[in-house]
Amino acid sequence: MADSMKDAMKEDRPLALVLRSAGTNCDKETVHALELAGARVELIHVNALSENPEILKEAGLVAFPGGFTFGDDVASGAVLAHIIEKRLRPMLQEFVDGGGLVIGICNGFQVLVRLGLLPGVVGNGALLWNRSGRFEDRWVHLEASRVDCPWFTPGQKYFIPVAHAEGRFEWFPDASEESFPSSQIAFRYRDADGGDPQYPDDPNGSHQAIAGILSEDGNVLGMMPHPERFVRPEHHPFWMRFRGDGSIPDEKDLPVPLGLEIFQGAIDYLRSRHGDLVGEGGVR
Amino acid sequence: MSRTFTVTVIHDQDPNPSPNHELQDALSTVGCPAEEEQLLASDQIFYLRLPEADAVRVDSLATQFLAGSPACRAVVKDGVEFPDRDGAEAAIVVQRRPGVMDPVSQSVLHAMTESGFDQQSCQVRTALRYRIGGIQPGDDLLEKIADHLGNGIVDEWCTFSEGEAEKVPDPFRQFPADAQGRVEVPVIEVSDQELVRISEEGGLSLDLSEMQTIRSHYVSLGREPSEIELETIAQTWSEHCCHKTLTGTVRHGDLRFENLLKETIFQVTRDLDLPWCWSVFRDNAGVIGIDDEWGVSFKVETHNHPSALEPYGGAGTGVGGVIRDTLGTGLGAEPILNTDVFCFAPVDTAQQDLPAGTLHPRRLMRGVVSGVRDYGNRMGIPTANGAIHFHPGFVGNPLVFCGSVGLLRREHVDKTVEPGDLIVAVGGRTGRDGIHGATFSSRELTEDSEQVSSGAVQIGNPLEEKKVLDGLMRVRDENLCRAVTDCGAGGFSSAVGEMGEHTGADVYLDRAPLKYPGLGPTEVWISEAQERMVLAVDPVNLDRVEQIFAEEEVECAVLGQFREDGQLRLIHKEEVMGELDVEFLHNGRPETELVSTPPVIRAATDPDPGSLSQQQILEELLADGNVASKEPVVRQYDHEVQGRMTLRPFAGADRDAPMDGCALDPLRDGRHQVVVSCGLALGMGAVDPYQMACHSVDEALRNCIASGGTLERAALIDNYAWGDVRDPEILGQIVECSRGAAAAAKAYGTPFISGKDSLHNTYRAGGVSRSIPPVLLVSAISVAEGPLFVPGSDLKAADSVMVLLGPAAAIPGSLFQMKYRGDGGTPALFDEDLGPTMLASLRRWIVAGRLRSIHDLSDGGLAVAAAEMAFGGGGLGMDLDLGDLDQDSHRALFGEGPHRFLVEVSAEQIDALLADAQDQGIPALRAGISTDDGSLRIRHGGNRCIESRVDSLKSIWKRSLEATWPTR
Repeated sequence: MADSMKDAMKEDRPLALVLRSAGTNCDKETVHALELAGARVELIHVNALSENPEILKEAGLVAFPGGFTFGDDVASGAVLAHIIEKRLRPMLQEFVDGGGLVIGICNGFQVLVRLGLLPGVVGNGALLWNRSGRFEDRWVHLEASRVDCPWFTPGQKYFIPVAHAEGRFEWFPDASEESFPSSQIAFRYRDADGGDPQYPDDPNGSHQAIAGILSEDGNVLGMMPHPERFVRPEHHPFWMRFRGDGSIPDEKDLPVPLGLEIFQGAIDYLRSRHGDLVGEGGVR
Repeated sequence: MSRTFTVTVIHDQDPNPSPNHELQDALSTVGCPAEEEQLLASDQIFYLRLPEADAVRVDSLATQFLAGSPACRAVVKDGVEFPDRDGAEAAIVVQRRPGVMDPVSQSVLHAMTESGFDQQSCQVRTALRYRIGGIQPGDDLLEKIADHLGNGIVDEWCTFSEGEAEKVPDPFRQFPADAQGRVEVPVIEVSDQELVRISEEGGLSLDLSEMQTIRSHYVSLGREPSEIELETIAQTWSEHCCHKTLTGTVRHGDLRFENLLKETIFQVTRDLDLPWCWSVFRDNAGVIGIDDEWGVSFKVETHNHPSALEPYGGAGTGVGGVIRDTLGTGLGAEPILNTDVFCFAPVDTAQQDLPAGTLHPRRLMRGVVSGVRDYGNRMGIPTANGAIHFHPGFVGNPLVFCGSVGLLRREHVDKTVEPGDLIVAVGGRTGRDGIHGATFSSRELTEDSEQVSSGAVQIGNPLEEKKVLDGLMRVRDENLCRAVTDCGAGGFSSAVGEMGEHTGADVYLDRAPLKYPGLGPTEVWISEAQERMVLAVDPVNLDRVEQIFAEEEVECAVLGQFREDGQLRLIHKEEVMGELDVEFLHNGRPETELVSTPPVIRAATDPDPGSLSQQQILEELLADGNVASKEPVVRQYDHEVQGRMTLRPFAGADRDAPMDGCALDPLRDGRHQVVVSCGLALGMGAVDPYQMACHSVDEALRNCIASGGTLERAALIDNYAWGDVRDPEILGQIVECSRGAAAAAKAYGTPFISGKDSLHNTYRAGGVSRSIPPVLLVSAISVAEGPLFVPGSDLKAADSVMVLLGPAAAIPGSLFQMKYRGDGGTPALFDEDLGPTMLASLRRWIVAGRLRSIHDLSDGGLAVAAAEMAFGGGGLGMDLDLGDLDQDSHRALFGEGPHRFLVEVSAEQIDALLADAQDQGIPALRAGISTDDGSLRIRHGGNRCIESRVDSLKSIWKRSLEATWPTR
């Protein structure tokens, strides 16, 4: 087989790593979502990655799935972030600096923020207890911001679930009192009509109703909502209302699984970056 | 030389510090809610004990890890010392009692290892310090608040009024050590009276005839039993482990049962003999096939007594325990769904109506929900089906049912133990927590239970169980173990005892990893410390098993080996502590014959709603906890994790209308649906236990069909929760209940595949022993092929025809009767012919797309069901005219009975549907239409009974439980 053919095949199914540790629990559906989006997926334990960090060089995307890593003891994501900080920080930083895609969902987002990979250079963020004081599982409306990044179409609206107790994003700016840079906002909670949300449309009381943020370069995404939970039409909470005449919808009437689009966007982006990509031939 | 440090993490940079919610709740509960400007703070405390050499690492650990966020800061102090507090602040420090599980400390130790600490020499304990402004010195308010922040069963606390320096008991102190050597208990030559005393003082819960049998056994052996032998027998013979009442001989009027369960519930399963029932009544859960390759397991357990004493830990470990049942089914099933059903006294129960020593139902419910939430959510298992019932009869003894559904391949359903297999214990370490749970659960709750039984309560560590799950699934998929079971009630004694039932075993108790030194061998053997499983491993596979668990960071210890001669030998530090013949252990229990009194149906006393209009009655029923929206609870559960859910507990236009069950796509490929539902006809129990059982089966199956299930592959789980079955009348109820459950299951052709009984649910109040109302919870699981066919219970469109399906309702057994103090009478009867015909027809209609929505009629009857359907309609309403249905309008609106549904049908479909119903002999009443005006109107006998805005009814229905979990 010609080398170019091999490259083409690799490019067709970019490698995505899904990182798990004790207490990760959204790993399997995240693997499933990435596979549906066309990735080659490896589910890897943080201990295994620590022993073989070289695999990062082959990967195009690293996903930090949801869950309660180490029980969220001390604080959400704290122990896993500490482990990564002590063992893998330089390799991960190299991966990010090289343009690799990183997505942290829910607990994964908490880990990325705790690590300081998000929001990055513009001060510190923290994901703190919901203003409601409790764990909330509900579907929310999101609006993607108008920035170019691999993950979404600017301005796209989403309807996907959140399920967390510690998702209130607070921003602690370094010096100035400026508001959080709008270029780094990925998603904001909206009400059903697209307006400013009140609880429970805004489930946690985040700074600027922020549901997800980007790194400065846009290749790292952290979000509290769970796109991997809406990858089939029947995942929609009231899919049965989608038929106009009130009967059970046919396949053609069913809602589009918007969560899958986020993974799809990332994998399509990786495919389009042939030859200029971490892991895809190693050329950078 | 070790050093002690105290790291205090203060969340004063957070604009909305979170741990304060607990404090705010406590203040509200004691009647002085937090004021706007009042200082409230909750500081996390970490006590660290470490070698001198590690002292230099403490500061960075504190800043980078323990604080580690711009929202808080860490203060490090030498010794057990806290940062000064403001002069005007009072404080409460709450910490775990010695020996109680403290999961956070284990995670901190893990992080310390990463930071280079010498983990073996480090110890961590945690605490919380609450600071409160504006509390006057000498006020006993502080103690009252503390009593709500901690639970004396697992926590200890100290209160400090303003200016008072903080001094707390040494957080690192240990339990006193237990006796280590062999202890003999003389029984051979003692009197019957003495035998009873030995059982009582030892907490063995064995009756005289059982003690006499033990005495004869040891007389024949010519020696005295050791303490550990007696304990093992007590665990094995406990009601919890061997269900001696329900599998015993009962004379019931003219009937005689050699084995009540075998001749009722099991009999149906055996007679049906369905090929897709892969494992019934023999493993930790029942298993049915999805297709030829995959199957689902289902089991529902109770954890009532622990939850009564310490609701958070009790309910949490209830969830943890039933998940381990799933892990211990076959060679291990993967948990994919949790269910939960609770029974409490009403939340408005007056404080003076509580028996001494019991917690208020509101506190119980909050604690139980939190326990279920935290365990299920942390395990990553959706909790998506359940119910909450309220009745004053649960005031001293709540019920907490936890269910678990698992996924496994057919090849992993069967297990065997071969002589020579190694006994491998995995998971959490063994500690002094949960001693005597199996025997305790068979005893009455008294005001002293809090004192005497504290050992029976445990705090769970879901993280540990998640790691065990991850490791076990790998071991299963590599086919490395021959059998696995969980350590539940009775701990190792039950787990190893059951696995070695036919082989015997050598168990070296000193090889079990311990949480702390000083445990005696008997304690190790019967401790019910959580998150432990036992595997039977062929020695050739041991290395790989150890490697997998090491990779998952799970401790793994070889406790011994299975034998072939039927002797169970318990060895501790080379001394044989006990030697038991497994034949005697498992088959030596004396048979007892019980006599029951068949219950009589009491004459009807009419309920008396006074001058309430039917509109007001409907509003009161909607606000009643039994009917009111459970959304404040369900939203706290992650009911979507794993990405399989296709029907959620709440759906409809605003995602807040109640569905009849839940459904999920087990293989994430749309080829099959697993539908789960439940039925519990609480009100019926007081009227007619036979009909209660029929109605519970019927309700579970109606919910199942309405949620997309099919009778062709549906199975049932039974859960009895009963009072004092030594009372012949109460025993008579359970016999009738078993007969009713069997009759209904037979009529539907749906087998029971597993079950559990929780008997002796009694409590002492005012010097009198009281039993809970009889409860049979029936849970249903069904597998349907293809994508989910389900219309949901939410109204879809205006101008649909509303059709009431099913026979007449009755007041006896209804919520209306219970609420307005009626009693007795003959309930609506289960119809063995109509039931299956209806469910088969409904399934056909659903698959054919003939229904726009469907809702089963249960608590509150037709009026409540109509309102609930409208709640999901997004502004739709309903106009019903019931004519002179059921003669009486109260009966028509609020009566209850089996087989009843309200369905929404389009104008195009209605004629065909009604014709089909008539052909099948299904009673169908064209009751009215759906409207677009957002009002619910119901007429009966020419009178307007109900006319109300749907949204105002909905807000009444939603706010009852919200009050227990106020949003801020």
